[in-house]
Amino acid sequence: MIAQAIFIIILGAAIYLFAKNAGKIRRNILLGKDTDRSDQPAVRWKVMAKIALGQTKMVKRPVAAVMHFFIYIGFIIINLEVLEIMIDGIFGSHRIFAHPLGGLYGLLIGGFEGLAVLVLIACVVFLCRRNIVHLKRFTGTEMTAWPKSDANYILITEILLMTAFLTMNAADYKLQLLHFEHYVKAGSFPISSLIAPLLPNRSGALVILERVCWWFHIVGILIFLNYLPYSKHFHILLAFPNTYYSNLNKKGKFTNMASVTNEVKAMLDPSFVPENTGEPARFGVKDVTDLTWKNLMEAYTCTECGRCTSVCPANITGKLLSPRKIMMDTRDRITEVGNNLDKHGKDYDDGKTLLDNYITREELWACTTCNACVEACPVNINPLEIITEMRRYIVMEESQAPASLNNMFGNVENNGAPWKYSQADRFNWSNPS
Amino acid sequence: MADMAARGQEPEILFWVGCAGSFDERAQKITRDICKILQHVGINYAVLGTEESCTGDPAKRAGNEFLFQMLAMTNIQVLDGYNIKKIVTGCPHCFNTIKNEYPGLGGNYEVIHHSQLIQQLINEGKLKAEGGESFKGKKITFHDPCYLGRGNGVYEAPRAALEILDAELVEMKRCKSNGLCCGAGGAQMFKEPEPGKKDINMERMQDVLEAKAQVVAAACPFCMTMLTDGVKHQDKEQEIRVLDIAEITVKANGL
Repeated sequence: MIAQAIFIIILGAAIYLFAKNAGKIRRNILLGKDTDRSDQPAVRWKVMAKIALGQTKMVKRPVAAVMHFFIYIGFIIINLEVLEIMIDGIFGSHRIFAHPLGGLYGLLIGGFEGLAVLVLIACVVFLCRRNIVHLKRFTGTEMTAWPKSDANYILITEILLMTAFLTMNAADYKLQLLHFEHYVKAGSFPISSLIAPLLPNRSGALVILERVCWWFHIVGILIFLNYLPYSKHFHILLAFPNTYYSNLNKKGKFTNMASVTNEVKAMLDPSFVPENTGEPARFGVKDVTDLTWKNLMEAYTCTECGRCTSVCPANITGKLLSPRKIMMDTRDRITEVGNNLDKHGKDYDDGKTLLDNYITREELWACTTCNACVEACPVNINPLEIITEMRRYIVMEESQAPASLNNMFGNVENNGAPWKYSQADRFNWSNPS
Repeated sequence: MADMAARGQEPEILFWVGCAGSFDERAQKITRDICKILQHVGINYAVLGTEESCTGDPAKRAGNEFLFQMLAMTNIQVLDGYNIKKIVTGCPHCFNTIKNEYPGLGGNYEVIHHSQLIQQLINEGKLKAEGGESFKGKKITFHDPCYLGRGNGVYEAPRAALEILDAELVEMKRCKSNGLCCGAGGAQMFKEPEPGKKDINMERMQDVLEAKAQVVAAACPFCMTMLTDGVKHQDKEQEIRVLDIAEITVKANGL
């Protein structure tokens, strides 16, 4: 009874805490500007099924794709087992599904054990890639102490949880063979039975071991759940809505700013009366609250895998720009804005902005808008949109474009071409000299 | 176009030449080659000539939305004034802008890139790659322009123009959706690159050299400039030719 009470308290606290922190992230995302991504639901479901559920964009890097798939499928399926643990924990039962499911239960547990091993292998491979092989993708100026240890914490936690799961099963299996009360026969435990000989033979010790692992496993999962909102691992939840709300337009299509359209129309046609669009907005993006909620959702979805940066032509050739850093800076800044909101209230201004305090102009001007980063992202994040929106702020609000670009603007404005040629010469190509 | 309109005629298709195609010496040659193809197959086309202006692509990518929309709306007025329905462009940047961004400002046209036109003409049997320069036995590789490939998903059309040649089409290790930018997009063409280890077109040249291609096919005037500079920089002008899809088509058909 006491165990049940403790379990319910821990479970309740974990869920409450998680809901509170996830709610904060949701609140932070909604600090962004509105953008309509509700059209074509059928297409959106399909994109989500393909990209998030089906992981089709992962396959470009086969090793990572296979290893990630093990962890992913392990995570999804093992939730069935967690469901049983929850019920057992609340009602004080043991392997409640064993009896009703019969032979199927043994098969399921066997499957979970197989997955646990695959997850273990994947986690070890991933740890090696990060800490021994030092893949270039996992380095870079933005990969400071926290992003690096965040990744390692996640992998180590998963290894511990899987080890606890297998040890728990092994002890359970041995108790079943001893016909120890409460431990009903529940399948052949194909993997954990191999570990069983390593365990003590006394039933008392086995029960303690089984219980310790059981508690470690479930409490570990609950702690991990509460680690998510602070970690890049939050992608396991946000990947789904993030792909659902994907940009469905062609990648080359940039937004036409409606506020500009009104002004330009009024300029070209004096009789034009613009619709009342509310308070005058800032042109472009200076701080995170100028971004759309989708940009902010993407920042929280980013798992810092660096596929974007590894294909960025600017980054490859040693320039300062890293699309991953753009997303990480955006997440760091919106988290900071959210914390300020909690601490100091709505009207507090910390004097910082995404532009300059986080993202430098040199980074922004290095972008060729080639869309390689957008193409590479396994969960359809678009760093390019943030880059161009910030360029818009620099150009339209500050008039601080690099001098050579100002020259180009001048040429385009006066001659209708980015070079200093006369409009009258535009047809000269037809008369080759 | 103005002459045609004065005669009360409307073209089947408008050829949007673009700034590079109008002013850049190398690109002018490609412009004339596109015209040769259009004339060869007897398509009734027109160009705007001095009435054409920049589509606004470099202004927009650099963040100057005001300038972009001013240009776009003026261009739309001109195009609509001539009742234009279908446009072919010689530049992926013009193609992308008119196709994707003009509709939101009231300009609705069927827009194709010249590689798509060539593919269509090949499919219709109007272009055969006969009677001209033979590319037999040559290694040809295609450099995907960002605004044609990733930007709009056009990967096969330019390759179709190469596949009918009696040549060996080789792919660079970074191609199609993995293609590497030439370094000129996003208004980079009009400024010095930010400091780094090297220029992007030099990085791209490594892919060209690795593919051991004798001809690099381009489909964008900006890529053309960047790739040609890369070849020059490597002192490979004797071994590697950079040619636009339209030029290759004209050469192969002896136009």
